[in-house]
Amino acid sequence: MSNSQKILISLIISSFWGLISNIVLGVFFILLIGSTIQFNYFSYIISSSIITLLIVFYDRKSLQIYISLFILTFILILIFTGLSPYGLNINENSFLQILFLLIQSFIILIGNIICLSGINKMSFNRLFLEILFIRVLKGFGFTFFLTIVLFPFYVMILMSLKTHQLLILNPLDLSIDITRGLNMFRSYIELFTDWGFGYYLLNSLIVSLSSIFIALIFAIPGAYAVARFNFPGKLLMINSILLIYLIPMITLLIPLYSFFTFINLRDSLFGLIIVYPAVTIPVAIYMLQGYFQTIPQELEEAGLVDGLSRTGVILKITLPLSLPAIASVSLFIFMVAWNEYLFAYMFLDTPAIFTLPRGLEQLDGTEVPRQHLMAGSVIATVPVIAVFLWAERYLTGGLTAGGIKG
Amino acid sequence: MGSSSYKKRMGPIEKQGVVQAYTMLVPTVAIVMAIVLFPLIANFWISFKDVTVSDLRIAEIKVTEKFQKKPKTKGDISKVEYRFNNFSKSSNIKNVNFKDILPKGLVIKELPNNCSISDNIINCQLGDFKPKEKKKLKFETIAENDYFISQENPKDTSPIVKGKSENRLLNLELKLKNFEEIFTSPNFWKTIRISFAYSLFSAIGSLTLGILAAQLLMTTFIGRGIIRGIFLFPYIAPIIAVTITWKILTDPFFGTINGILTQLQILNEPISFLQVRDMTINFIGFEFSFPVALSFVILFESWRYFPLAMIFILARLQSVPKELFEAAEIDGATPFQKFRSITWPLILGVLFVLFLLRFIWTFNKFDDIFLLTGGAAGTKTLTVDVYETGFNIGNLGTGAANAVLVFLILVFAAIFIIRFSPKE
Repeated sequence: MSNSQKILISLIISSFWGLISNIVLGVFFILLIGSTIQFNYFSYIISSSIITLLIVFYDRKSLQIYISLFILTFILILIFTGLSPYGLNINENSFLQILFLLIQSFIILIGNIICLSGINKMSFNRLFLEILFIRVLKGFGFTFFLTIVLFPFYVMILMSLKTHQLLILNPLDLSIDITRGLNMFRSYIELFTDWGFGYYLLNSLIVSLSSIFIALIFAIPGAYAVARFNFPGKLLMINSILLIYLIPMITLLIPLYSFFTFINLRDSLFGLIIVYPAVTIPVAIYMLQGYFQTIPQELEEAGLVDGLSRTGVILKITLPLSLPAIASVSLFIFMVAWNEYLFAYMFLDTPAIFTLPRGLEQLDGTEVPRQHLMAGSVIATVPVIAVFLWAERYLTGGLTAGGIKG
Repeated sequence: MGSSSYKKRMGPIEKQGVVQAYTMLVPTVAIVMAIVLFPLIANFWISFKDVTVSDLRIAEIKVTEKFQKKPKTKGDISKVEYRFNNFSKSSNIKNVNFKDILPKGLVIKELPNNCSISDNIINCQLGDFKPKEKKKLKFETIAENDYFISQENPKDTSPIVKGKSENRLLNLELKLKNFEEIFTSPNFWKTIRISFAYSLFSAIGSLTLGILAAQLLMTTFIGRGIIRGIFLFPYIAPIIAVTITWKILTDPFFGTINGILTQLQILNEPISFLQVRDMTINFIGFEFSFPVALSFVILFESWRYFPLAMIFILARLQSVPKELFEAAEIDGATPFQKFRSITWPLILGVLFVLFLLRFIWTFNKFDDIFLLTGGAAGTKTLTVDVYETGFNIGNLGTGAANAVLVFLILVFAAIFIIRFSPKE
């Protein structure tokens, strides 16, 4: 590959990293300090280009070289932006400015190194160009996806720690003022003391756990029968499980609303505790029967020969072996019951029995400051994400098998 | 032993198995029938009925009792009056029967024709009540000695009224009125169009993002598991929490997104993404109107459900032996060639199933649009219409008819998509 080709490619890739790092980190920086900044795209592109040319033409790999390149990037940006990387005086928010600049230098350096690795060994052809293009695309992809996924949650958390006056004064200023100490969590405390979020949390917990319990009690025998026995109508049963899965919740709403009004089940947690298991049971059966089939039948037959009853076999042999499947089914039901909004909204009228989604909806309808809304959202979101992240390591099948609903 | 002969001739042990299987299945099937299948059928029934939310309250007769000229000495004449009122605006109440206990020593002077008395219990047949009908029952009593001993007031015992109120949901009066109302509504085709556009583009959007995200996670690198977990956040967070956040983010006055976009000078003035129906855009001399709120809702759906598509596609790709990709690499295939000739054919089947499910589920979806825009600004889909006609206007029958429509469209859409699917 000729030197001019190398220079051209290096310049294109370095411009990309200079630009994108500036925009993304600039936006997060604005939210953290809350004031206008300048985007010195050009200075970043130039610094990035110089570093890139160094990487390509001084092609040595060692930690010392990388560290010195990192420091060099940092210094170059400072010089080209005239000591104010974000158009601010370096004296204000100096800690954050330097922190962000360090992160940015790191991203520019790593992005360029990864994208251009092996450039000196390759020949200039379609394969090389495509590989290069894919690398840049991937860099952009990670930046893009992480930004769109994390941004709402980032704002949710930062905003819940602010006060009303500050948010009205400058809606972009989401900086965390550590000097406020425990006062930062005032909106959380107020939600629990004045808005009954303690009850909502408890109700949501009761509904979710009962739903898991009831759904499992009904689904386990059903799934076992489907997995182990041959009986007339079995195929019909398996097919209808899949079809029930596709029935719109909204077509059940009006009949269930009417029916539950007649039998006085509306406006009670009990109503929800019947509905949530019923709509998750088909999925639960489908997931469980698949797992039961993987358990060798000989194990159960041995149990039967040793004098266990069928129930005994299920309780003592099948279930202990199916714990991973039962855990992922439980996770699925928990997520459905914890997040469910439509039926909670239509069925519950009395604030004392609201679940979290219903309580949050009620809060959204009143003239409540937005940091309370955000704090409420955090309270509703954290448990389900925590449970999910904790359980996810053990079970990946849970989400794929049951995840379509919703 | 062939499987067919096994099925035909079942020995005692297999028969016992069938019995056991049915015993195990009965409770499960029963609860799903009661909460899922029965309501689905009931919804068809309600769609042919002219019922409102207020009809759900079972009609009852309210009674008020008056006791005038309280007797002071023996032989005094007093008046007892009962007023009956059917407050229901729509329900008849039939064969109304009325009972009350009179105090000892009060003798009725002239018993009304439709009443009988035994042991101080007065029992009257009041006949049928039309909606909103009122009736009165009056008689005079003579006080006897016993009355002054016990000094009871007739009002001490509350009267019992029983009648057969007809349940308007259960009578056999079936009409096509609800469907007529839907099909003649001026907004009918618009709602259908919006529902289809919303489901189609949301499904395409989430699948596209899902394919891209899956491509990112196919390579192994440090922290891949963590990033995979983070990518799932939009999907596992409660819908209410994310809609509230997006509403606040897009607020035209204090919203973060508008603030940043004006700050980056991409926008001149803030746009209320969720409240503006259309915006005229001038693009190389062509002017066309762009549905802002609908597009934003579609973007939201793509954002929320791409993790699901990602997980499925990843699962499919990871079930393929790595050698397949390595062999192609040795043969000198470029990344795009690899994608086109290996990845794409592999995931096509999954993509098709995902598209079908995403389309159906978005079509069924109510919460997302309801919470984001409430169906305003050109985002009213059929499912939001079910809620609006059923509960905002209060016409349960029309709401149910709308729900029937959702169900039927879905069945046809599913058949259509499966018919024209790639064969696998």
